[in-house]
Amino acid sequence: MSTKNNEEKLTRRSFLKTLWGVIGGVAALEFGGVTLAYMQPRLAEGDFGGIIEVGSVDTFPSGSVTHIPNGRFYLSRLADGGFLAIYQRCTHLGCSVPWDQTAEQFICPCHNSQFTSDGELLNPPAPRPLDIFPVIIEDGIVMVDTSQPMQRASFEPSQLVYA
Amino acid sequence: MKSSLPGEQPPSIFDRMRETLAPSGIPADDRGRMRMVMSSMILHIHPSKVAVRTLKFTYSWGLGGLSALLLVVLVSTGILLEMNYTPNPAQAYLDIVNLNTNVWFGGFIRNLHHWSGNLLVVAAVLHLLRVFFTGAHRPPRELNWLIGIAMLLLILGANFTGYLLPWDQLAFWAITVGTSIIDYIPLIGPALSRLVLGGPEVGAATLLNFYTLHISIIPVTVVMLMSYHFWRVRKDGGLSVPKAPGETLDKRLEKVTTIPFLVRKELAFAAAWIAIMVLIGMFIPAPLEGIANPEVSPNPAKAPWYFMGLQELLLHFHPVVGAVVIPGLALTALALLPFYDLRVGSVGVYFRSWRGRYLTLLSMGLALLVTPVWVLVDEFLIHWGDWLPNWPTWLSNGLIPLAVVALGLVMLDELIKKMVHASLEERVLVLFVFLFTALIVLTVIGVFFRGPGMELFWPWNMPVH
Repeated sequence: MSTKNNEEKLTRRSFLKTLWGVIGGVAALEFGGVTLAYMQPRLAEGDFGGIIEVGSVDTFPSGSVTHIPNGRFYLSRLADGGFLAIYQRCTHLGCSVPWDQTAEQFICPCHNSQFTSDGELLNPPAPRPLDIFPVIIEDGIVMVDTSQPMQRASFEPSQLVYA
Repeated sequence: MKSSLPGEQPPSIFDRMRETLAPSGIPADDRGRMRMVMSSMILHIHPSKVAVRTLKFTYSWGLGGLSALLLVVLVSTGILLEMNYTPNPAQAYLDIVNLNTNVWFGGFIRNLHHWSGNLLVVAAVLHLLRVFFTGAHRPPRELNWLIGIAMLLLILGANFTGYLLPWDQLAFWAITVGTSIIDYIPLIGPALSRLVLGGPEVGAATLLNFYTLHISIIPVTVVMLMSYHFWRVRKDGGLSVPKAPGETLDKRLEKVTTIPFLVRKELAFAAAWIAIMVLIGMFIPAPLEGIANPEVSPNPAKAPWYFMGLQELLLHFHPVVGAVVIPGLALTALALLPFYDLRVGSVGVYFRSWRGRYLTLLSMGLALLVTPVWVLVDEFLIHWGDWLPNWPTWLSNGLIPLAVVALGLVMLDELIKKMVHASLEERVLVLFVFLFTALIVLTVIGVFFRGPGMELFWPWNMPVH
């Protein structure tokens, strides 16, 4: 075989070399994938991260905000009776936002972000309203699915759940 | 080792052992001492002879050596601490309290570890400054500059992961605030955050992840990189050689043997620093607050001090810009330094030249003045979000203020180009000094002047919350 052909044709030697390279690369990717999968969050069932039973609809008067510590959220019932489960974690840097009953606002102690009782952003630096969890109401019992907080650009009436 | 002649008493088994374990003394002649350096595993990080000029303490300040010494202290005390610590939220805090109250020298070992870790951040940053100001990052040392930056990032990572381990309020919220920044990284942010935290927020999985990073992955990587760093120093011809502005060096530098001229200096320096660290460990306790409470964020919640400059930026910019774009640009510029700032004529001269020294002072003074003014103006007068109400906040509160700041820097650069006809290396020097001074000012403001609600207060007038 001439040298010219060598440059153009795939020889057995270069084919095997490439093959080894590809196999090695695939193996490295697999090990990387295994490591990433292994490190995925391991969530405990039942507690925060699962579905939490909060109580009967009647126990939450309209216009009230109730803290549910084991679910890390506030159950907010607006004036029109709609329910909203608001994640207590500030959307700015993750501080726990307390409900200020006198100001009727969520006020973050870390950087002074303020939110209304439906979680809408009043005052930055937080970039968006407080995240929410899906509310499920069955037979007059309020349940909240805390597996995945939902981000939202603003408060919409469609986020409310009615009994 | 003497071989026994016929009729002479052969060496005893103890003599043989002593000779193997501790070869007899330091040879009297230069050649013997040079061979000793070469054939010793620890000493062979040094050449057998060093240039007299590089021994000048006020050139290198021993900062690389101090960093290495602190690493040794950290590994030793860290291993001891591991034996009294459980990485579990139910136990971690109690273990630290037990360490402070019930374990012989427990508090001392913890203090020593805590302050050595903090000092290592300072020593590594000062080492970087020394290298930059003497131009030693330039070819042929550009690869070592990159390794150094990688180690600096790992040191910050080691400090940050270690910060969580006591599981007190300070730890929990500093890490919560610090890791929330990950969420803002475009595209991969949320997934990466879940991976690092092992869940949606800081918890048991986070503690175990950080513990593993802190005690194995980061230190092992640092030790490997450090060995490489040392090796490259020798490959690149040893330390850069100090000289006066305008001076040209002789081709043949005067050299002396490493033993005793370098080694005795290093030993004295290490002994002095060990004494200082022991004193600090005896008298200054490492902070410990109440046990972590995920329900109650302290007010203010601050990141560790070395990230307070970053947190201060977050008060002025949208998080994508303050926590991702600006640090990313700064790190990239830092890593690329030896590839565009590469005039080697001034290597070894502090601040490049006499004029460079004045420009450094000028730039520093300017940053000391401008940065606090900028913080005040941005805090009280500028409200980009209100002025551009319908714009997305990453633009109105992010890229637009960033463009304004960038414009200021370009104007500074143009000014010194026009006014003093500054060369490229002088312009790089001025911008570096300006930005680094600004970072220090922002850190000081964040640590001492920010109070409840992250509002500005005088440090002597700080409300207690």
